[in-house]
Amino acid sequence: MHELSLCRGLLTQVSELAQHHGRDRVSRIVLRIGPLAGVETALLKQAFEVARSDTVAHDAHLQIEESPLVIFCPTCQQSAAASLPRLDCPRCGNQQTTLQGGDELLLLSISFPEET
Amino acid sequence: MCDTCGCNVTQGNQHLVQRPLQAGETAISVLQDLLSANDRQAQHNREHLARHGILALNLMSSPGAGKTALLEATIEQLGGRWRIAVIEGDLETENDAERIRAKGVEAIQITTGSACHLDAHLVHDALHRLDLSNIDLLFIENVGNLVCPASFDLGQHANITLLSVTEGDDKPAKYPVMFRASDLVLLSKTDLLPYLEEFSPQRAEKALRQLASQAPLLALSAKNGQGMESWLDWLEGQMAQHRPAPGQFRPIHLSAPAITK
Repeated sequence: MHELSLCRGLLTQVSELAQHHGRDRVSRIVLRIGPLAGVETALLKQAFEVARSDTVAHDAHLQIEESPLVIFCPTCQQSAAASLPRLDCPRCGNQQTTLQGGDELLLLSISFPEET
Repeated sequence: MCDTCGCNVTQGNQHLVQRPLQAGETAISVLQDLLSANDRQAQHNREHLARHGILALNLMSSPGAGKTALLEATIEQLGGRWRIAVIEGDLETENDAERIRAKGVEAIQITTGSACHLDAHLVHDALHRLDLSNIDLLFIENVGNLVCPASFDLGQHANITLLSVTEGDDKPAKYPVMFRASDLVLLSKTDLLPYLEEFSPQRAEKALRQLASQAPLLALSAKNGQGMESWLDWLEGQMAQHRPAPGQFRPIHLSAPAITK
């Protein structure tokens, strides 16, 4: 359960970005998380509820995009969708595949509300 | 399924629960890793290690898989071949650090309280409590946990994961993030294999290979010494290949080869 410490790190990043843009409120935070990031999105959302009070994101909407698990097989010379716990090639069974996507843990964007 | 934790949100209905962009809302693109603060600190730790020519190995496993016992046996068998230090991570107690000190090796205990993993900042503080000029090989014994430690770079040169034969042989399939991040997997407590017919080393290896991991899998028992030789050979290889040359460190952005696991 390291989602809370991740959230605190996220809120520090978001606060710094808001400050950089001269804003004191953030209305939306968009993350992209893959199945190999080691993060439970449901737990991250709960942790966000706890961590966000008294920050620039106190009433922000947290939006999480889940990225798909994609491997590349050197034998088939093709990408393929994979699902845990298998990262071998679903076509030929090659176990020397490389990961093309699915381990992301990214802050994609933040939004600011209309200035009043 | 419930309406509070988000478990009823699927890829199909996700668009229905996402709040549309409000009028006047302005979005800025960021594209920053959520762990960037930790990763920066880990890189800084690597610089400390490189400056002193220290190889750092991160040991991970479930609680009780035998990380400390492996270190005790390793220290004994190396018999002073290299100058070793150990950073111990535990929620509470100095017990593991005391076991290492009893072998005549310096150990720094980090007690994390309730935190389930070490991070690069905790390790950095511990590095400053060690005399780095007096160390060749640093073991970081992470908190016993097969989930969270996998996500945090500490500045180590390689990850080692122990899987004891008293656990299930399907652990690599159950904890793919951890086992995929491992540069070496050690099957520990093999002295107990004769009593555990349900544990198949072949099945454990199959689950590991299905994660597209090419990490070597070595079986050993710190108790009876079986398999220790292969582990010590692996260590020797790491020291020869990946130990940074002391004082030779140049910052990564000056196009020096990146020192990674």
